[in-house]
Amino acid sequence: MELLIASAVGLLTAAGIYLILRLRSFPVILGTSLLSYAVNVFLFATGRVVINAPPILNKTATDVTYTDPLPQALVLTAIVISFGMTAVVVMISLGAYLSAKDDNINMDDTADLQGEDA
Amino acid sequence: MSLFLIAALPFLGALFPALLIRAGRNASASSAAMASGLAFIGLMLHAPAILRGEVVQVGIDWLPALGLNANFFLDGLGFLFATLILGIGLLIILYARFYLSRQDPMGQFYTYLLLFQGAMVGIVLSDNILLLLVFWELTSLSSFLLIGYWKHLPEGRQGARMALTVTGMGGLAMIGGMLILGHIAGSYDIHVILEHREAIQSSDLYLPALVLILIGAFTKSAQFPFHFWLPHAMAAPTPVSAYLHSATMVKAGLFLMARLWPVLAGTPEWFYIVATTGLITMVLGAVIALFKDDLKALLAFSTVSHLGLITMLLGFGTKAAAIGAVFHIINHATFKAALFMTAGIVDHEAHTRDIKRLGGLRHLMPVTFVIATVAALSMAGIPPLNGFLSKEMMLEQASHTYWLQNPYVIGGLATFGALFSVAYSLRYIAHVFLGPKRADYPAKPHDPSFGMWASPAFLVVLVVLIGLFSAVLVGPLVDAAAGAVTHEHVHAHLKLWHGVTPALYMSAAAVIGGAILLALHAPLERVWNALPRPEAKVIFDAIVGAVTRLTQALTARLHDGSLTRYALIMVSFTAIIGIYAYVSGTTGAPTRVMQGFGILPIISWICLTVATACIVLFHRQRFIALILIGIIGLVVSLSFNYLSAPDLALTQISVEVVTIILMLLALNFLPKETPRESPALIRLRDAAISIVSGVCVGGLIYALMLRDFAAPSISGFFVENSYKGGGGTNMVNVILVDFRGFDTFGEITVLGIAALVIYALTEAVLSTRVRAYLLNRKPDIDQAGDSHPGLMVVVTRMMMPIALMVAAYIFFRGHNLPGGGFIAGLIAAIAVIMQYMASGFGWASERQHLPYHGIIGSGVLVAAATGIGAWFNGVPFLTSDFGYVQLPGLEPFELATAALFDLGVFLAVVGAVMLALESLSRFAWQPGISSEHAIDINPARDIPDASTAEIEVEQGYDTMPLPTGPASAPNETKED
Repeated sequence: MELLIASAVGLLTAAGIYLILRLRSFPVILGTSLLSYAVNVFLFATGRVVINAPPILNKTATDVTYTDPLPQALVLTAIVISFGMTAVVVMISLGAYLSAKDDNINMDDTADLQGEDA
Repeated sequence: MSLFLIAALPFLGALFPALLIRAGRNASASSAAMASGLAFIGLMLHAPAILRGEVVQVGIDWLPALGLNANFFLDGLGFLFATLILGIGLLIILYARFYLSRQDPMGQFYTYLLLFQGAMVGIVLSDNILLLLVFWELTSLSSFLLIGYWKHLPEGRQGARMALTVTGMGGLAMIGGMLILGHIAGSYDIHVILEHREAIQSSDLYLPALVLILIGAFTKSAQFPFHFWLPHAMAAPTPVSAYLHSATMVKAGLFLMARLWPVLAGTPEWFYIVATTGLITMVLGAVIALFKDDLKALLAFSTVSHLGLITMLLGFGTKAAAIGAVFHIINHATFKAALFMTAGIVDHEAHTRDIKRLGGLRHLMPVTFVIATVAALSMAGIPPLNGFLSKEMMLEQASHTYWLQNPYVIGGLATFGALFSVAYSLRYIAHVFLGPKRADYPAKPHDPSFGMWASPAFLVVLVVLIGLFSAVLVGPLVDAAAGAVTHEHVHAHLKLWHGVTPALYMSAAAVIGGAILLALHAPLERVWNALPRPEAKVIFDAIVGAVTRLTQALTARLHDGSLTRYALIMVSFTAIIGIYAYVSGTTGAPTRVMQGFGILPIISWICLTVATACIVLFHRQRFIALILIGIIGLVVSLSFNYLSAPDLALTQISVEVVTIILMLLALNFLPKETPRESPALIRLRDAAISIVSGVCVGGLIYALMLRDFAAPSISGFFVENSYKGGGGTNMVNVILVDFRGFDTFGEITVLGIAALVIYALTEAVLSTRVRAYLLNRKPDIDQAGDSHPGLMVVVTRMMMPIALMVAAYIFFRGHNLPGGGFIAGLIAAIAVIMQYMASGFGWASERQHLPYHGIIGSGVLVAAATGIGAWFNGVPFLTSDFGYVQLPGLEPFELATAALFDLGVFLAVVGAVMLALESLSRFAWQPGISSEHAIDINPARDIPDASTAEIEVEQGYDTMPLPTGPASAPNETKED
């Protein structure tokens, strides 16, 4: 199980970073979204993963194991906040595109032409 | 009065003058005087104890982990300085009331002055060097405001900048020195440091600490070679000069040297650095002062000279010299403040400070003449005035101090400096007040009103009285202050007549020589003007200019506007640090066993892997990428559910819906494809970096998951207390709304702010010519034949109440079962969004009467009110309470204040999500799209010619050329 999660996190991170290194705003937004998934799952997994032990108290039984609720609470707000962040970035890139007719994220076009930091 | 209050009063008082200026200038000045006066009285209440040699201490631990404590103490030295700061501050407040003209914003002036006063009092009362540093920087900032008070004068602005640059840089150096000192002593409390003389002086770090601290003190006290800022600070109004340069700002450096004297002084390093610097400064300042024609410039350089004198005395490192230094601090403050104020009076009445244009004022301004003469004679060191006493002490010390085994260097140069000091003091009298009356004053001078000369007159009375009755008047104060400097019992013998000593001869030589020098002033001045001199301001400006150019070049190189490059550097650097940490550290063996898995996780994993790989391969097709990201989000939420996190699963899936809709809306206006721009090599490099980073992150979490917690987890607390203390069985929700409620409160506020930012951005973009472009925009992809299919409209309207009911259900069960405000808010928002999508923007917004801003605001307010409600229950902010109620016919159910808080979360989430999406939808709005076809972005199909004409009337902007196609559009813009 752990191997599956870790490889998924690694894959999402790699894909996210690759897309963040593109030149247009839309792939960068996709990249940050992928990176958000990766980070959220990462944080969640720091509580160590347990199957079939949701953090819902069982008032009758005593010897029930629960997974760690704290990372879950932190990740829950992180998910909502990352939505807010994505929305702001989408709006900024949209405004920039409509104003400048260009969705390139870099200020200086010559650098791109030289391929220095493409 | 508590020392806290004394230090706080000027800061508190600073609020009033700026507000009370509406009630008149007198009210403003009175409020300032009130604050200073109260602090002064409070200080005086401690006088008996201090003069007995006691030390008053108060303190609270502020940030004990950093060694930063809000500790104050008052000993003789602090008392002396605080008396000067508050006492002369009061006189300055009175003087400034009459000095400032109607055009000057007086409220601001007093506010700045009190801020500065508070910072100074803070310095002299601090018992913690970190606290002292905070106040030290505050004096630099507030003096910047004071010096640049006349914002319309370029000299004022330049002088203020120069003062801030020099003293600010000195302050930075001092921070380093103080930290070293605290490190050696093992404490940042001054009274502790002062007990570690041996440890500090024998430390290898003594010299670096000393040099750094002295740079701070020398820049503040305008010692050579940092003296140049002080004359340029004279562009400030005269009350500021009188205050900053007689009793306060420049004395702060002296105070610091005196404060740390017990641990720093007495070594050869201290002697040669401090005494030599003081000596050079004293002589240089005195010589330059003689050749300045501006009254304030003359006084400025004389101040530099006298500061040098005191520095030199502190540098000698002997008890007698310390007594002389302390005594001269008092005397200099009295006569120099009076002199600055008379210079201000002359400037105010004659409209010039140029000595060459003055003279003969004794007939026109007799009162000012008397005051200025007495003060200037004291500065010259003429008996029986107080300046004479301390100057004798200085000469006495100088006469038997050896510099590199030479007995004459210091004595000779000190006499030389004193000679010039006499000359410029006499010049202040002779060339301004004596001589014949002139006919060409810029204005007709006369004595000012009583209010303006009262302050200097009072000081001059002190000058005479201290001179005559020094032992009675200031003896105990000098003893207490010098005792605090030297940490020994001190009994100073202050008297006018010491018998025929070498100092007397030196003094006489200085007076006679000074008089001769003044007689020869005219020819000497011609020589002086012919001599080449380095101009400090030019050098300073050149250095600042060079540094600015350097940093600009560096910034332009590093910060070139390429976000891609920043991301690349950041990612690579992070990866390198991570790899370094992994390689240089050790990893323990796994302590947990890997868990097995069934077929379901494998299928999900394959879905996720394929979708992620495809997104990288096909990301140029933006719609495909969007679908793929939806798949990934779905798999992530399913995984959360599988891994015992139902709340996360619910949140993720609802956020997913909203995010995809948002991106879809945005994609409507963005190009539908990404052009292929990066060369293959660059893509290869990016791929390599991404893969390495991915492997690092994956490896890290893999290693983490197979090992137990390094420190005991705090989760047990939540398991135990979520029902007992929070009244809910859903631990995640209880954590969110109860244990970490403050955190959540911050989150919803941030979310609300993000939505408002989006709204503001929309407003900003739509107020430009983009609006005209959007109104005339033709869709760049094929449109659906029927943008609002009847079936969809019917289904979504029927689903609306059901969806809202689900939201309510999720909300109410949240405390005990998966759910809660966040998820319910998202579901409710989705229910509303469905109406926008199916029936159109126009239709939906016509039926929506509550502004979304208001919903966000009410959410935050409800949450805040719930939190504040806890106060009425006598418990801290956001402490929740709960109880159980039973209604007839129902099972008992729980009522918790946390549910009210959760309602706030719910409202904030609904408002924020809706405001964000509504803002985006406004981009799509075009006139003529009515309730029938609201979200329709295809004007071509529906809008008849009539409404097109209407648009053209409305625009009046130059319309932007339409991008002809998604792929070619960006290429066209390359030429920009």
